[in-house]
Amino acid sequence: MSHFIDRRLNGRKKSTVNRSRFIRRYKAQLKRSVADAVDRRSIADMDSGEKVGIPSKDISEPVFHQGSGGTREMVHPGNKDFLTGDRIQRPEGGSGGSGQGSASNSGQGEDDFVFELSREEFMDLLFDDLELPNLVRNQLIGTTEFKPVRAGFATDGAPGNIDVVRSLKGAIARRAALGGPHRARIRELEEEIDILLTAGADPEDARILEMREEIDRLETRLAALPFIDTFDLRFHAFAKQPEPASKAVMLCIMDVSGSMDQMRKNLAKRFFILLYLFLQRSYEKIDLVFIRHHTIAQEVDEQEFFYSRETGGTVVSSALDLAYDLLRERYDSSAWNIYCAQASDGDNWESDSAICRQILSEKLLPLMRYYAYVEITPRQHQSLWLAYKEVEALHPHFAMQQIDEARDIYPVFRELFKRQEAGS
Amino acid sequence: MANRLIADTSEWSFPLLERFDTEIARIARGVYGLDTYANQIEVISSEQMIDAYSSVGLPISYHHWSFGKQFVATEQTYRRGQMGLAYEIVINSDPCIAYLMEENSLPMQALVIAHACYGHNSFFKGNYLFRTWTSADAIIDYLVFARKYIAACEERYGEEAVELLLDSCHALMNHGVDRYKRPAPLTMAEEQRRQEEREAYLQSQVNDLWRTLPAGAGNRDPNGDDRWPEEPQENLLYFIEKNAPLLEPWQREVVRIVRKVGQYFYPQRQTQVMNEGWATFWHYTLLNHLYDEGLVSDGFMIEFLQSHTNVIMQPSFDVPYYQGINPYALGFAMMRDIRRICEEPTDEDRYWFPDIAGGNWLQVLDFAMHNFKDESFIAQYLSPRLMRELHLFAVRDDDREETLEITAIHEEGGYRTLRQALADQYNLGNREPNIQVINVDRRGDRSLTLRHFRHNRRPLGESTEEMLKHVRRLWGFTTRLESLDEQGRAQLVAEC
Repeated sequence: MSHFIDRRLNGRKKSTVNRSRFIRRYKAQLKRSVADAVDRRSIADMDSGEKVGIPSKDISEPVFHQGSGGTREMVHPGNKDFLTGDRIQRPEGGSGGSGQGSASNSGQGEDDFVFELSREEFMDLLFDDLELPNLVRNQLIGTTEFKPVRAGFATDGAPGNIDVVRSLKGAIARRAALGGPHRARIRELEEEIDILLTAGADPEDARILEMREEIDRLETRLAALPFIDTFDLRFHAFAKQPEPASKAVMLCIMDVSGSMDQMRKNLAKRFFILLYLFLQRSYEKIDLVFIRHHTIAQEVDEQEFFYSRETGGTVVSSALDLAYDLLRERYDSSAWNIYCAQASDGDNWESDSAICRQILSEKLLPLMRYYAYVEITPRQHQSLWLAYKEVEALHPHFAMQQIDEARDIYPVFRELFKRQEAGS
Repeated sequence: MANRLIADTSEWSFPLLERFDTEIARIARGVYGLDTYANQIEVISSEQMIDAYSSVGLPISYHHWSFGKQFVATEQTYRRGQMGLAYEIVINSDPCIAYLMEENSLPMQALVIAHACYGHNSFFKGNYLFRTWTSADAIIDYLVFARKYIAACEERYGEEAVELLLDSCHALMNHGVDRYKRPAPLTMAEEQRRQEEREAYLQSQVNDLWRTLPAGAGNRDPNGDDRWPEEPQENLLYFIEKNAPLLEPWQREVVRIVRKVGQYFYPQRQTQVMNEGWATFWHYTLLNHLYDEGLVSDGFMIEFLQSHTNVIMQPSFDVPYYQGINPYALGFAMMRDIRRICEEPTDEDRYWFPDIAGGNWLQVLDFAMHNFKDESFIAQYLSPRLMRELHLFAVRDDDREETLEITAIHEEGGYRTLRQALADQYNLGNREPNIQVINVDRRGDRSLTLRHFRHNRRPLGESTEEMLKHVRRLWGFTTRLESLDEQGRAQLVAEC
């Protein structure tokens, strides 16, 4: 009468569509949470999910319901000493008639609706305003890439991977092997019959009949050999091979003179994150080096890099010099892939720009895989930009861009990602 | 005596579940005469249980962000350990689908089988509200149809358009029931055929309605007989589906789908106490019967009773985690009490329940299950003895007065007041605001006027403005809401 079904093996992610719709609908609120998270986290720590909150009232689904006021009568259990006609003070907080839905609902209304974004969802929101092309986005969000490579044949696997030719060859061999003795015996018997017949024996002779019977039996057995057996099946085998891993170093250079305010630094942080995530796809080990500079350059840790305040003039070449020294000292360009991202508001000491151009062209760029520069300023370009323009013309692996908002960041990396797409 | 135990383990397996089901079915049908739909029992994982939660227990549903929100919320609280999942979900369909969680122990699975597959199941099949409002054999088909239809709409008209429409419909879901008419059950094929027919006809009907062009400015009926609809309409979704001037045919169909789903839940909202009480009473009775027959061990019973006790716990009003009356506790207590009144009536019972005291308890319970909903069930069967046991008391909160008043307690003079008060508490008509379509200005600006009939001077909650926006989105023209106070004066509450 009753029918039992084991559903445990059915799909688990039935709610995925609804979940993603929920996230899409509250994208604006969630993006704010993600932006906060970006400020809080370090660059290398960007690759995980995040707990986010949305104000409950923003996501409530309204219905017509009765508000407080008027008269209501409620029945409660557990009376101890009340008598009919007693008058009691209103309990604090509730409107008296606690218990039924409305009171507790409005109580919770102030809280945030907090939940956890998965890593994919988090990255998706993070990249949302960077206007990354989809391919690039997938590349960055995707988990560690393994490349399936052919690894011979296996005796089991998915039906889609059956190698037909090999399986049939196997079947032929099996049929030949199993049927061989029978066929040999049949040939033997037929020869004997021939001999007997040529010797003038009666076709109805008992010996001939017996031999014919045996031939029949053997042929039945031959016919019973399966054309193809599970034993014959051969499948393509694949082994997962991780993409070649090597190491990279990423230099982050940022101007921290007084004119770089926190908003610009946050924009710069996105810029660094993007390069970092890109590198993470391609390299197993990445070293991060943070160099900040005003008139003199300094190697610092990430916290100080983004959040300490400095004032003073700007000499960009000091940072480039320091970068060059660090590379020579620690990162041999034959063992390390070197990338550099530089962010600045474009201010530089007038006569320093030519020196920068020279250091870049002669010392740094020959060592680099890619050099990306962003100028975060709404103003007119100054000498540094012009000097860098000259560098850009000469070196294809040097990219620069003026950015005003987050979406301008991606073009700086366009070349880089394009090459990756072509290469992969 | 030979060892008749079904199992002496606490681990479940499919053969053991089947044994339990067979035995429970034998007792439920043979001994107690429960009439049920066939059962389809599905074992699922906790993740799948969360999935089932998020679509309000429907096995299949269309996509909407609100289900995603529900899913996220459930998953979050479950993971943090703030909430256990329900042991079971049961769906009012034929065959009746019940979910068992794989994490449950064997006694729990047996409890759930008795509770859901024989308790709830027989209630779904027998209770008049379910018989009137739901079509158990058609609901799954209808949901499949709804899911496909809405997916097709999303493809043709864009996800956002469908989503906004569904938002508005969901907001009015509780106002989509025609309380006095019974809809005919439909099969899926029939539904599809009719849907196509409707699409064609509906639009022409609506156009016809609005063709009534003003025949000249001075031609208005001065007697005010101009009012339309002639009678106020309480089924807002139905009214919108049939009459909203600007809705496209597919939009009308979506309104209809939400209305139908709302209607499917309508009986459940009115029979919480009875339904849970009935199921709890039967799992208790059936498993005790198993024990009496020697089919289950003492250890099994201890584990079962522990879960059972948790389910029917009723905290007093003054403890911090008190959340109102527990429907399981009240329902179970009332069912047990009815059996007691039949089997061991006291003089008091004979005075209060002359027709059932000393009667056949099976018949009395069966009659109660078939013919009542929470409100009438309490009004009919809540006994003085139970009111005393639960120490019930009624409090009146009048915002015009400084203090609350205790209007009745569990004593001779208070029984009737108390019982009426508790019954009223479960009257859907009192719990939800009564809002009806009162007028449509057909010849003027096509504005829609809704009227809120106040109950005990209670105003509408703060969501009203938001709600009117939803009504307006569906109606397409100005929407007003007025409120009728005790003196019969209508006041404009909001306009959108």
